[in-house]
Amino acid sequence: MHALVADGLRKTFGKTEALAGFDLRVKEGTVCGLLGPNGSGKTTAIRIMATLLRADGGSARVAGFDVARRPGEVRRRIGLTGQSTAVDEILTGRENLEMWGLLYHIGKKRARRRAGELLDQFGLTDAADRRAKHYSGGMRRRLDLATSLILAPRVLFLDEPTTGMDPRNRNEVWSAVRSLVDEGTTVLLTTQYLDEADQLADRIAVLAALPGAGGRIVAEDTPDGLKAMIGGDQIDLVVRDAGAIDAAAKTLARVTGSEVDIEPDERRLRAPARDRIGVLTTVLRDLEEQNVEVEDVALRRPTLDEAFLRLTGQHIPDDAKETR
Amino acid sequence: MTVIDDTRPTLGYHLVWAFKDGWTITTRGLVHWIRNPAVAIGGLLYPIVMVALFGLVLGSAMTVEGGGDYAEFLMPGMFAQAMANGVMGTMAVTSSDASEGVTDRFRTMPMSQAGVVLGRSFSDIINAALELIILLGCGMAIGWSWHNGLDGALAAAGLLLLLRFAMIWVGIYLGLLLKPEAAGAAWMVLFPLTMVANTFVSPAQMPTWLGYVAEWNPLSATVTACRELFGNPGVVDGSWATDNAIVLAIAWPLVAFVVFLPLCMRKYRRLSR
Repeated sequence: MHALVADGLRKTFGKTEALAGFDLRVKEGTVCGLLGPNGSGKTTAIRIMATLLRADGGSARVAGFDVARRPGEVRRRIGLTGQSTAVDEILTGRENLEMWGLLYHIGKKRARRRAGELLDQFGLTDAADRRAKHYSGGMRRRLDLATSLILAPRVLFLDEPTTGMDPRNRNEVWSAVRSLVDEGTTVLLTTQYLDEADQLADRIAVLAALPGAGGRIVAEDTPDGLKAMIGGDQIDLVVRDAGAIDAAAKTLARVTGSEVDIEPDERRLRAPARDRIGVLTTVLRDLEEQNVEVEDVALRRPTLDEAFLRLTGQHIPDDAKETR
Repeated sequence: MTVIDDTRPTLGYHLVWAFKDGWTITTRGLVHWIRNPAVAIGGLLYPIVMVALFGLVLGSAMTVEGGGDYAEFLMPGMFAQAMANGVMGTMAVTSSDASEGVTDRFRTMPMSQAGVVLGRSFSDIINAALELIILLGCGMAIGWSWHNGLDGALAAAGLLLLLRFAMIWVGIYLGLLLKPEAAGAAWMVLFPLTMVANTFVSPAQMPTWLGYVAEWNPLSATVTACRELFGNPGVVDGSWATDNAIVLAIAWPLVAFVVFLPLCMRKYRRLSR
């Protein structure tokens, strides 16, 4: 059963195309990471599915209801934590939750009880009666997240939940998201951070916009599957003596049958390796025969940045790269 | 777990929730007012400074058309100007709610969407009423008073609040239209609009064309009507606009309301474009 289905969503703002046919399916109770650089249409996609924006074309069903035809039904079943927090800074954390609870029509008593539960769940009990103005970025985001959960939504949308956060705050948000998923919430999360998608998501959908066109999904798989899809492992080799680089490069090229990437300053050589173990033993044996001393050797999976390059032919733009 | 009621809501259900949700949002507005009095006091400071400047500093040099005390002439103008300037507050809050995630959150919730604007207008009207009471006190301190009994005074207060009510819808519309920074700059445009009126001087004392504009300025209608109802000087018979000031003071705000209410609703819906 899919909690979220998007078929060919299209959206254009003025002359700029934001989404050019967005398809996505997210199984119930899983986390889908929507990964893409700035301007690839992530927020547009989320806003359409959260009933904030109307698509120009295509359709989407969230928790079983069409977002354009039955937005009211969808709204009863979703939570959204957007890029800009919806925290009232003049109210305390508790008052924020109680107010939103009333607006969710759960009644004063239940709103109060639910606020207490959520403050507890998100580690905000000590700060509950302080004004949100004095909260840290991470606390504010957690409060915002808690608000989205007042009704225990079937589907939770998180639009770049940790952008601009320090690692400690980010970890707090991550563990909050993980515990939600344990309770069966389906999460669609957008992120520019590769490690975030890797850490949280069951499946990753890569959204990319080619120059002059709107975003579309260019790949969708498990984090490991995605890495496998874009070319398997890499062999990483460091030789002891700079004079041996050429000999090592020749050997590596012959054994792997691929082009070798050399970083002379670090005496490091890199090449994609199709057959993991075979390559490693053959390379090491051949180098030993040539008396080339190896300082370090490793087989590693490609990073998501490398994945992005393979999938879209573009590097992730600098402003969308990890800065932490 | 939450039990979800899947029956289709009736009109009565919508109305009840519009008011309940509106009230929740009103209390939020009032808590802001109480906890952040600087904003409200800042809003009040402007008319108080103007009262001091015009009433005490310039007042001695001012003559009132048809005779009379300048402070008596000035205060109804100050009240109306303060009500009109309230548009800035409504605009600022609406615009900042829209730029922070608050408006998005409202719109992804199963709450009454009418309640959002209703709440805004409730809390702004309550604010305005308090502001008006404080300004009435200020006026009395510099020698202003009403002379047509409590009925007249209450009627005038009603017209002033009607003006503020119309400005709420103008403010919500502009707040949804403009980014917070632009909303701040809108002051430069709105300020002359509230000055080219009969607030401080009679239009008869302005250049002819400007006097004409001032006379037909909706704000002037409220000012003249208040002068009439409070029994303050400066109401000189003559033009149609002056003779029918009370009618215009009711009609202008209603027109603004009728025009801006649907504009607000449309704009609110169009946030989803």
